[in-house]
Amino acid sequence: MKPSLKLLDYSILQQCMHCGMCLPACPTYDATKKERHSPRGRISLMRAVADDEMKLTPAFADEMSYCLGCLACQTACPAGVDYSNLLETARAEVQSAGLNQTFTSRFWRKVTIRGLFMRPRLLRFAGRLLWLYQRLGLQTAFRQIGLTKLLPKDLRRLEPQCPTVATKFSPQLIRPVETPTKQTHRVALLTGCVQDLVFADINRDTADVLLANGCEVHTPPVQPCCGSLHAHNGEGDAAKTLAKRMIDLFPPSQFDAIITNAGGCGNHLRHYGSLLAADPVYAPLAKLWDAKLRDIHEWMMEHGCRAPQAGLGDLTVTYHDSCHLTHGQKVTKQPRELLKLIPGLKLVELPEANWCCGSAGIYNITQPEQSEQLLVRKIGHVIGTGASILATANPGCHLQIARGLRQAGSPITLLQPVTLLARAYRAEKKASR
Amino acid sequence: MPSPAPALLARLREIVGAAQVLTSPEDTIPYGFDGTAALKGPVGVVVLPGSTQEVSAVVKLANEHGVTIVTRGSGTGLSGGSVPSEGCIVLCLTRLDKILSVDAANLTVRAQCGAITAAIDAAANQHGLFYPPDPGSMKISTIGGNVAENSGGLRGLKYGVTRDYVMGLEVVLPDGRIAHFGNACVKDVAGYSMKDLFIGSEGTLGIITEVLLKVVPRPAARRTMLASYDRMEDAAQTVSDIIAAKIIPCTLEFLDRMTIGCVEDYAKIGLPRDCEALLLMETDGHPAAVADEAEQMLALARARGARDVRVARDDAEALQLASARRSAFSALARVRPTTILEDVTVPRDKLAEMVGFVAEVAKKHNLLVGTFGHMGDGNLHPTFLTDERNTEEMARVHEALEDIVTKTLALGGTITGEHGVGLAKKAWLRRQVGENSHDLMREIKRAWDPRNLLNPGKIFD
Repeated sequence: MKPSLKLLDYSILQQCMHCGMCLPACPTYDATKKERHSPRGRISLMRAVADDEMKLTPAFADEMSYCLGCLACQTACPAGVDYSNLLETARAEVQSAGLNQTFTSRFWRKVTIRGLFMRPRLLRFAGRLLWLYQRLGLQTAFRQIGLTKLLPKDLRRLEPQCPTVATKFSPQLIRPVETPTKQTHRVALLTGCVQDLVFADINRDTADVLLANGCEVHTPPVQPCCGSLHAHNGEGDAAKTLAKRMIDLFPPSQFDAIITNAGGCGNHLRHYGSLLAADPVYAPLAKLWDAKLRDIHEWMMEHGCRAPQAGLGDLTVTYHDSCHLTHGQKVTKQPRELLKLIPGLKLVELPEANWCCGSAGIYNITQPEQSEQLLVRKIGHVIGTGASILATANPGCHLQIARGLRQAGSPITLLQPVTLLARAYRAEKKASR
Repeated sequence: MPSPAPALLARLREIVGAAQVLTSPEDTIPYGFDGTAALKGPVGVVVLPGSTQEVSAVVKLANEHGVTIVTRGSGTGLSGGSVPSEGCIVLCLTRLDKILSVDAANLTVRAQCGAITAAIDAAANQHGLFYPPDPGSMKISTIGGNVAENSGGLRGLKYGVTRDYVMGLEVVLPDGRIAHFGNACVKDVAGYSMKDLFIGSEGTLGIITEVLLKVVPRPAARRTMLASYDRMEDAAQTVSDIIAAKIIPCTLEFLDRMTIGCVEDYAKIGLPRDCEALLLMETDGHPAAVADEAEQMLALARARGARDVRVARDDAEALQLASARRSAFSALARVRPTTILEDVTVPRDKLAEMVGFVAEVAKKHNLLVGTFGHMGDGNLHPTFLTDERNTEEMARVHEALEDIVTKTLALGGTITGEHGVGLAKKAWLRRQVGENSHDLMREIKRAWDPRNLLNPGKIFD
């Protein structure tokens, strides 16, 4: 059965009583001050579609894609509207109706979402090719001689934003099972897709932090994509297939916790229960999975994370909340508390810390203008804090903000909280030698 | 969908620019409602002017074409006052959002009508000043909407309502002329107090485009307290005791058990779910006075059997408690699909009786109700949790509302304390104010706006 707004439980739409409390939290409403670009405005359009008052139109499709999906409205909403569910349903309906699709967009969708992100080995292979392209100096050469102009328009826009692929991926840095000297817990570590290709060292840092806190870490070398990309882009069936593969690879009963360190993935990962609710075999497993799923910061603070004995010198750090970590997973205090454990580290609050940076999944590709405005706003605040390091915990935000800092010529370094903590543990080890 | 005449649209585009005239369903459907449950109207065109002159030109054009105008700000009203009527132009004033000046010598703030209420207070705060009216939606509501509805808030008991802070207005009249009323003088008895006619006129007499507001020195200290009770009567009695002790706190808010549960589900700040009433109290002013009053209020609450009394640790917690209270209405929407909010107000000493009556009525009609409101000023918000698709249940809701209105009027109260009449309360206005008063209101409207172009069908038919 195709997902559709009409088939959706109508009370989810009715839950919005259009009080307007979401308006000041919505970055797109803030930018345009037009109701259709607000959460309650979009919900009214979805309801009009469900009520047969309006047809699915290209303008409706545009509006659903103009939404960042940052879920700041869910934090602001006193009525508890499940906006994330509404948006995913609307996008899936737009997708299955084939609205707003060109031949090339269909092609790239097939290559990426249905191809690469369904096959982890193929994704790594593609990552390796990209790494070669970057390492052999071809990227610079191609850019200099203008060869990148031969790329299709969509890819051409994307090319300069392309992150630098890591030299080593997660399996080359993390053994399948690593055991601490004194074990208290047994956890699984999810390495992610972008995180694995670009930030494998952050996965290593995550493993180190877990090991330093008595966790035996299980990291299978080949892991499927969690399916969040698919669910957010209207590919519900693929999302279900991937969720089942994940559960098969990490039977939840065998672990005290299943750890994710990417805010965006984590928000999707902890909702397998509802995704697979109708599946007789996987429903109970998915429920258990949800109960075991933890963001790394959440897990560390839940179990009294050990403060390192050595620090990294006097550092002023500020912290940016990734949307899906803060609005989706409601993990806001823990990353800050984790940072404060590091001796000598001073944490200063970032103004509008939980306002979207414009990365928003693939939003910086699909809506470059709006994305850029949000990035400029974010960078202004970051520089204003006077911090030397910005910490954040999501690969999308990391890439986006790092690019913004480069553009602004700012010397501020971007690191993730687990990296800082892992470095402090390493400093401690060094000092004790 | 009524589609406006092409000639009208062309002229509107000339006046405000093509980008500020919205006609496609994707653009206009989101302007078909305000914050009122179960009310919506058809929208043919939305116009977003960028200056008072543009507003005036749009009104003159509407006169030429005999088209009606429904004005709105952020659309957070709670009586359907800005719900569009058939064939109207929706005039959205959110672009007129500038705060023009803060005059610390004369204690005034001048702002365009679309300025956000909270932003006005924030601007005043930069000069150590304070704009007290704080309606629940203050983070997004516009000052023009606040004046047009004469909005209240949590600080009514001590600080009054929006009307008490309006010193001057710029208004576009129904024929498009621009008029100015009032000034920065504290004393001004030159002629009729015309500005007062526009405050609370709900967009039926003119379009407010600029406001001159009074501000006051920001209180140096503030203390927020929370008391929980096993009986609503004890909370109400505490309030009476506080007033009898000659203390006027800035806030005395109550939540009943149902509301506490919903607010806690949303805000997760550790409110006690198992008590029958929660009283949120706040006193502000000189630090010595605040300390003394807070002490007395805590003692009075304990003496009336409050089971737990606590003081907010710091400003952050105080803000959290007030914000949680402001979310009460929307938080109640968690329980059932449709949330019908009432706004009846009774003299303060009748409030406990009224709260008890609401509970009885809900029981009698077999309905779910959550009640919260302003115990200090007798303004309560019984909120029925229902489903608009269930016609039988909705009929019972209407019977219950009828009972509540009858009782309110018998106690010498009013059908609306701060939300306005709009569409939601107009059936009862005549009963409350009486024939002569109701007729006079309509005569004023007819004399002022003989063609009934501004917000027709609101307040009365």
